[in-house]
Amino acid sequence: MKKRKSLLLSALSVFLVTLLSGCELAEVIVFNPKGPQAQKILDLINWSLFWIGLIVAVVYILFVIFVWKYRARPENENYEPPQEKGNKVVETIWTAIPVIIVILLMIPTVTTLYDLEEVPEGYEDEEPLVIHVTSADWKWIFSYPEENIETVNYINIPVDRPILFKLTSAGTMQSFWIPQLAGQKYTMARMEVELTAVAEEEGTYWGRNTSFNGQGFTEQEFEVNAMSQEEFDAWVKDAQQNAPKLTEEMYAKILEPSHMGKETYSNTHLEWVDHGDHHAKTYLNPEMYRLDYGYPGKTFYEEHDRVIKQHSAGSNDGGGHSGH
Amino acid sequence: MESKLVKYPVPTEYQSEQGKLNILGFWIFIAAEIALFATLFAVYGVLHPRTANGPSGAEIFVIKDVVIQTLLLLTSSFTAGLVIHQMRQGSVKGLVTWFVITLLLGGGFLFMEIREFIHYVEVGAALQVSAFTSSLLTTLGTHGAHVTLGLIWGICLIIQMLQRGITPKTASKVHIWGIYWHFLDVVWIFIFTFIYVGGLI
Amino acid sequence: MDIKWDKILVTGDPLILASQIAIVLTMIGIVVGLTYFKKWGYLWREWLTSVDHKRIGIMYMIMGVLMFFRGGVDGLMMKAQTAVPENTFLDAQHYNEVFTTHGVIMILFMAMPMLIGIMNIVVPLQIGARDVAFPQMNLLSFWLTFAGALLFNISFVVGGSPDAGWTSYFPLAGKEFTPGIGNNYYMVAIQIAGFGTLMTGINFIVTILKLRAPGMTLMKMPMFTWTTLITSLIIVIAFPIFTIALLLGALDRIYGAHFFTVSAGGLDMLWANLFWLWAHPEVYIVILPAFGIYSEIVATFTKKRLYGYTSMVLAIVIISVLSMLVWVHHFYTMGVGPAVNSVFSITTAAIAIPTGVKIFNWLFTMRKGRIEFTQPMMWTLAFIPTFTIGGVTGVMLGMAATDFQYHNTLFLVGHFHYALIPGVVYAVFAAIYYWWPKVFGFKLSERIGKWHFWLFNIGFNLTFFPFYLLGLMGAARRMYTYSAESGFFPLYFISAVGAFIMAAGFVAFAYNIYWSTRYAKRTTANDPWGNTRTLEWATATPVPHYNFAVIPEVRDVDAYWDMKKNGDKYLTLEPKDIKPIHLPNNSGQPFYMGMMAFLAGLFLVFELKVLFYIFAALFFAGMIYRSFDYDEGYYVPVEEIIEKERTWRDDSKWKAN
Repeated sequence: MKKRKSLLLSALSVFLVTLLSGCELAEVIVFNPKGPQAQKILDLINWSLFWIGLIVAVVYILFVIFVWKYRARPENENYEPPQEKGNKVVETIWTAIPVIIVILLMIPTVTTLYDLEEVPEGYEDEEPLVIHVTSADWKWIFSYPEENIETVNYINIPVDRPILFKLTSAGTMQSFWIPQLAGQKYTMARMEVELTAVAEEEGTYWGRNTSFNGQGFTEQEFEVNAMSQEEFDAWVKDAQQNAPKLTEEMYAKILEPSHMGKETYSNTHLEWVDHGDHHAKTYLNPEMYRLDYGYPGKTFYEEHDRVIKQHSAGSNDGGGHSGH
Repeated sequence: MESKLVKYPVPTEYQSEQGKLNILGFWIFIAAEIALFATLFAVYGVLHPRTANGPSGAEIFVIKDVVIQTLLLLTSSFTAGLVIHQMRQGSVKGLVTWFVITLLLGGGFLFMEIREFIHYVEVGAALQVSAFTSSLLTTLGTHGAHVTLGLIWGICLIIQMLQRGITPKTASKVHIWGIYWHFLDVVWIFIFTFIYVGGLI
Repeated sequence: MDIKWDKILVTGDPLILASQIAIVLTMIGIVVGLTYFKKWGYLWREWLTSVDHKRIGIMYMIMGVLMFFRGGVDGLMMKAQTAVPENTFLDAQHYNEVFTTHGVIMILFMAMPMLIGIMNIVVPLQIGARDVAFPQMNLLSFWLTFAGALLFNISFVVGGSPDAGWTSYFPLAGKEFTPGIGNNYYMVAIQIAGFGTLMTGINFIVTILKLRAPGMTLMKMPMFTWTTLITSLIIVIAFPIFTIALLLGALDRIYGAHFFTVSAGGLDMLWANLFWLWAHPEVYIVILPAFGIYSEIVATFTKKRLYGYTSMVLAIVIISVLSMLVWVHHFYTMGVGPAVNSVFSITTAAIAIPTGVKIFNWLFTMRKGRIEFTQPMMWTLAFIPTFTIGGVTGVMLGMAATDFQYHNTLFLVGHFHYALIPGVVYAVFAAIYYWWPKVFGFKLSERIGKWHFWLFNIGFNLTFFPFYLLGLMGAARRMYTYSAESGFFPLYFISAVGAFIMAAGFVAFAYNIYWSTRYAKRTTANDPWGNTRTLEWATATPVPHYNFAVIPEVRDVDAYWDMKKNGDKYLTLEPKDIKPIHLPNNSGQPFYMGMMAFLAGLFLVFELKVLFYIFAALFFAGMIYRSFDYDEGYYVPVEEIIEKERTWRDDSKWKAN
């Protein structure tokens, strides 16, 4: 009896955890999409949760019934269970049903996979806004080739217009993720991967790198500000006129391993390098990754820590035009 | 049936229980080796066009030397077969003679391969040059290292043969060595076809 | 070469300093203890050079428990760091090293040695063999695994730990982004251990195919033996891929090659492909034997034959094949396009089908049985509901389109802990409780075992269930901290509390071993559980070094159960039936090989190439020595066998004299 009570206790604890997080459902951002791509994924998640819930329920019910009913008791001490080898019919059934469930899950998976590669329905006629995303240690660099603007660690986008992200990396592999707009994709050096997303609501969305890439990984986040077309146009105009020009020298400095605030420039680095190109120039700084230029340990960290803090201190002005 | 059994007794190398286990174990090891070389070939298949600023295969392969290497190794595989044949005949002298010839041919192959490597370094195709040279030299080098191991192993077995003669235990060792040597030959045929001939086309 | 000799020992961190002191003190303690009690000779003769599969198995288990402790401390440090937002207990670099070593140690140096240890102890007994096919190679496997583990473990005090994650993705793990020597440890130490594992795989395939007792056809093999066979096959096919991946990684890092680099045409995703071509099958390498363990235990403690034996065998064979065809699901986000992602989604989801078959078979084994809640059975029961959660979330992750939202988040981390902890750790605990009396002649305490069980289970669910929710809230894996505004705090905190409860469970386990070793009642009964079914229970307890006085004949899957029910001449042996038994001699060569591999590896890590070549040559010298070794073993005299058989055979014929 005691065992059963404890079993109940652990079930309860799991339930409590679920409940506790229930209060903060809005924070479960995967369940709070703001664009059609993320919405499609959420629909599929919900579909999978239904079937998976069903499977879990069947297993748990059988489990509880069998454990309860066939437990050893003093009364059945001399009970000799039947030595059954199995049953073809029963075994076929519990093979066939999962097969059906897998098919039910796989059909929408495949269709969603193809859907996610397309411009979402209703936006096919819109000219997509192209943004080149270049990830570096440990910041995000965004280039608007048509507008000739470059930003660091934030983007402004118009709502209700498809955005075509062209993803690449200046060094380590990273993963570009804006959970409320679209699922993630990797950024890889000398490769280009495309991702389409649409924001249907104005607001600020959070994005980050999810693929571990060294010491500064945790803080490698960025912001997506979805705004009306007019606001966006005004911002573009402002940036083109007032933001400083980026030089290759400054750009090389940006690619050094460090953290940065938000920055804006009135030209793009695509003028001299496209990291997605197979033969792109590399801007590698192995020496700067040396832990204290010797062996890894705490001493190294303090030195770089200072650099990182300096960077993030002065320039956190939310999309302003701080030069470099 | 009776007479047949007398005519074809169980080969010496299969006479001890441990010998049988060793031979089966070695075949499974060969399966692992196949996975190993298959991976190397896959890597080479992916990386061979990625020559960066270095040379391509067609620019550095010296096909005449490769043909000589191939002939040396193929011949040694044939003579390795004769080693087993002599063993079945029970002739220690014949066995050792052919074994020495096999190892000399294998040594010749290795000499040619080392020369080939020196040539590659000289023409600017060292390991550090590009993804292509890295995978080329690693694939060839892994095979070469196997051949080297086979040569040292073979020398050990010749000594043991001279010490102990043909017994179930020594015979199973020679048999296993024979499997290994033929396997290296098969790997070389793949190298020759995919890397050299494929590289020239 | 730019080694700074004064920096070989990692300095400057109080935590590391404390462990350095602890390590030195422990080593002094061991040396002093062994000398004081004059146990050096015993240790050398009876253990370090022993080719007895049971002793090797025990050494594997000791290593596994130690590594579990080490990996567990790593885990606790991570949980302590993330318990509250913006914590400064560990800095980013230290955290990165800790999660890297946690992952590698738990998979390669905890799970693998534990399961290989159990295989070593159990499989030859289950198939009625005297030992494995290659006893000395078996010891070599152990010493290479040990050498690899030792090398990997010293990294945090000597030279610095690897810090690129257990997946060690390039180009991050290459010299371009981690120029220190830390990641050399990864490439070299795992390689050494991997050779040991490959040899184990070969050894067990031959053992199982060739050394089964007469009458034991393949379809009469116990389920654990079946899973060991399939696992060994996966090892032989998958490990060479990793051997090459590690070789190429080492060449990149130490010899300046360009396989996975950003520059000179290297291809970083090639590493990811090669790594997962090994690492996904690796998951099944550790999980299939666990399935086997549960199958044995569920049959014993329900007093029933395993339900659907044939479909169980079929299921593991299908799983093993599929395990090789799903590696791309670890990087759907690479952008290979919907067609490839669709194919791999389907193969991934397909694995759920045979796995489901197994779950239902276990459930139906319990149906109409008589379920005894012993410790082994408790762990088996806990496995079913928890692993089901791990399994179904695996299907969710396997659906490529939804994976775009789960990938690299704590949802994924939650999934694989829910798969691997019930799937491997619970199985290891179950196996330890189950086979402990067979090996040592006494049971572990059920009373302390309950503390162990409940603390560990509750702790486990509290630790890892929040991970699913955190992942959906956007928490990426491997983040060393988070902001207060993120809203992650309550769940991270619950998770940390759970981790410490789990650790308390481990302490209860350790205490159980201590307490039971001192106070538990000793037994020589061959079948201490009363309802066992397979051959390992048909011999003396503790198992004699020759295993079986005569090799039994097998008529049924549950060979020993069948003997008990239908009688068998093996059970009514007479002293005159005993003949001398041939066994192999001990050997110091594997120990030598292991030490040479360790030293060669150490010098390679530090890129001292000449020393590396010297010790590699000394390693090969050990192989040449072995080639000339014609040791024929020895015979166990009849008197010794009779003496031992008397301890458990009730028959009066054995009592006379």
